Amino acid sequence: MKKIEAIIQPHKLEDVKEALKGIGIDGMTISEVRGHGRQKGHKEVYRGMEYQVDLLPKVKIEMVVSDERSSEVIQTVVRSARTGKIGDGKVFVFDVAEAIRIRNDDRGDGAL
Amino acid sequence: MPYRVVWAAFLAPALALAQSIPPATETRIRDLEAAVKSAQSAGDNAWMLVSAALVLMMTGPGLALFYGGLVRRKNVLSTMMHSFVLMAIVSVIWAIAGYSLAFGEGSPFIGDLRYLFLNNVGAAPNPDYAATIPQQTYMIYQLMFAIITPALISGAFAERMKFSAMLLFSTLWLFIVYLPLDHMVWGKGGLLNAFSGGRIPCLDFAGGTVVHISSGVSALVCALYLGKRKSYRSEQMKPHSLVLSVVGACLLWVGWFGFNAGSALAASPLATSAFVATHFATAAATLGWLFVEWLHNGKPSVLGGISGAVAGLVAITPASGFVKPFPAMLIGFLAGMVCFFMVTAVKSKFGYDDALDAFGVHGIGGTVGAILTGVFATVAVNDGLKDASGKSLPLGLIDGQPGQVLNQAIGVAISYGLAIVGTLVILKICDVALGVRVSPDQELEGLDVSMHGEEGYNFEA
Repeated sequence: MKKIEAIIQPHKLEDVKEALKGIGIDGMTISEVRGHGRQKGHKEVYRGMEYQVDLLPKVKIEMVVSDERSSEVIQTVVRSARTGKIGDGKVFVFDVAEAIRIRNDDRGDGAL
Repeated sequence: MPYRVVWAAFLAPALALAQSIPPATETRIRDLEAAVKSAQSAGDNAWMLVSAALVLMMTGPGLALFYGGLVRRKNVLSTMMHSFVLMAIVSVIWAIAGYSLAFGEGSPFIGDLRYLFLNNVGAAPNPDYAATIPQQTYMIYQLMFAIITPALISGAFAERMKFSAMLLFSTLWLFIVYLPLDHMVWGKGGLLNAFSGGRIPCLDFAGGTVVHISSGVSALVCALYLGKRKSYRSEQMKPHSLVLSVVGACLLWVGWFGFNAGSALAASPLATSAFVATHFATAAATLGWLFVEWLHNGKPSVLGGISGAVAGLVAITPASGFVKPFPAMLIGFLAGMVCFFMVTAVKSKFGYDDALDAFGVHGIGGTVGAILTGVFATVAVNDGLKDASGKSLPLGLIDGQPGQVLNQAIGVAISYGLAIVGTLVILKICDVALGVRVSPDQELEGLDVSMHGEEGYNFEA
């Protein structure tokens, strides 16, 4: 099993969700996060006080899928989240040791 | 001609006429006069009660939202509380002694105690101030001004003053700065009251000196005395919600019609004139601030727009019942630009932390307005200033009275002096008695939790 963690532009969330639904992926966890990589922030001015805003709003999508499906899911996320501009975000992939469904104690791919 | 002869000449035909009118007609005329008087009183009283409510709305929610949005999230409640609690505390002080000290005849500097505990303040009008409305209406209307003035100062000590010290400060400030100035400018026989034989006749229609210069200058003294907020200019101190501030500023704009047009003290053409001047000045000031900001920073900000509007409202306050619409626009436009440079260039050059720019907007806007009132005030708008024979007198520079500008400047100087000295003394007293500033830990935690044990936004609730 693989955990796929994608950090994307907030306004691409709907596109990514639709695309994942299109390949049959329904389960995911979303959080609103703030961060930046190479993208520079922007300047804000309040009554002459300047603030450099570095940490920009992003959305983090986390999901766990079987090994066979992982590359398809990754491609779908990358394709649907891309605008081609700096700040589009990143995808990280991790190996997952075990998954357990709390309701009935299912294990492994069956728990996903 | 001896008096007796004059009397006889006028009285004889009058008496003859009176005897010729049947009693029924006489009664009807008397009833008619009473009905006319009561109709005028009803109209004026309705407008003045609405105006009083509008002015209260300026403090809460207007100023509370405007200031509340400008502070950080952890201080939103404490900042709104500054405005809100003054609605309570000033009201009680006003009823006990405030109204009397401001509007009892007394000396040129302070009123006497004739209205202590609102004694003799009832349905009967007080012709010294407003002949067509109950004195109680006048009293409650003036109270609303006394509420907003110390609330304006809170913009300077926001995010770092102890609540207990703020209460003591505001109470003492009312007695030592506000009530004397209120009496000098508007009280019967006050030193600066042009309409009541003041030695230095100043024109202040709705409170440029009494409200805005007094609060703005005191705010600067507070900002300097308290010192900067922790990590001022080194950490994100952005307004936490300009949405609240926009709503607050719009409520201020609307409420200000009660403040300025209500200062006509009647539902009169003068009230209309003040209403019109107020509105146009505010519109022009908004554009003035946005214009220079756009040139200077490359972007016109929403905070800039609403700050400009407030600067315009402040500047037109003393002039509102004396000037025509286009001079009003000019006053507003200039105030918008001047206040922009005050809160950006000048504040950053001197480095004082007037957190919400109470001085930059109210002190400076009030000063610009007070001086320009001396320039643009005209008898064509306000013929209330009369000489001994009842002839209306010219008012400002454009009426050919350049001396009025000097009078205005003296009035401004007296207001500055009283505000600076009074506020320093009061802060010293508060500092010795209670300590004025919260501890560094409390400041870091935020005043909402450390002073009030609450948070403004409980998203998990």
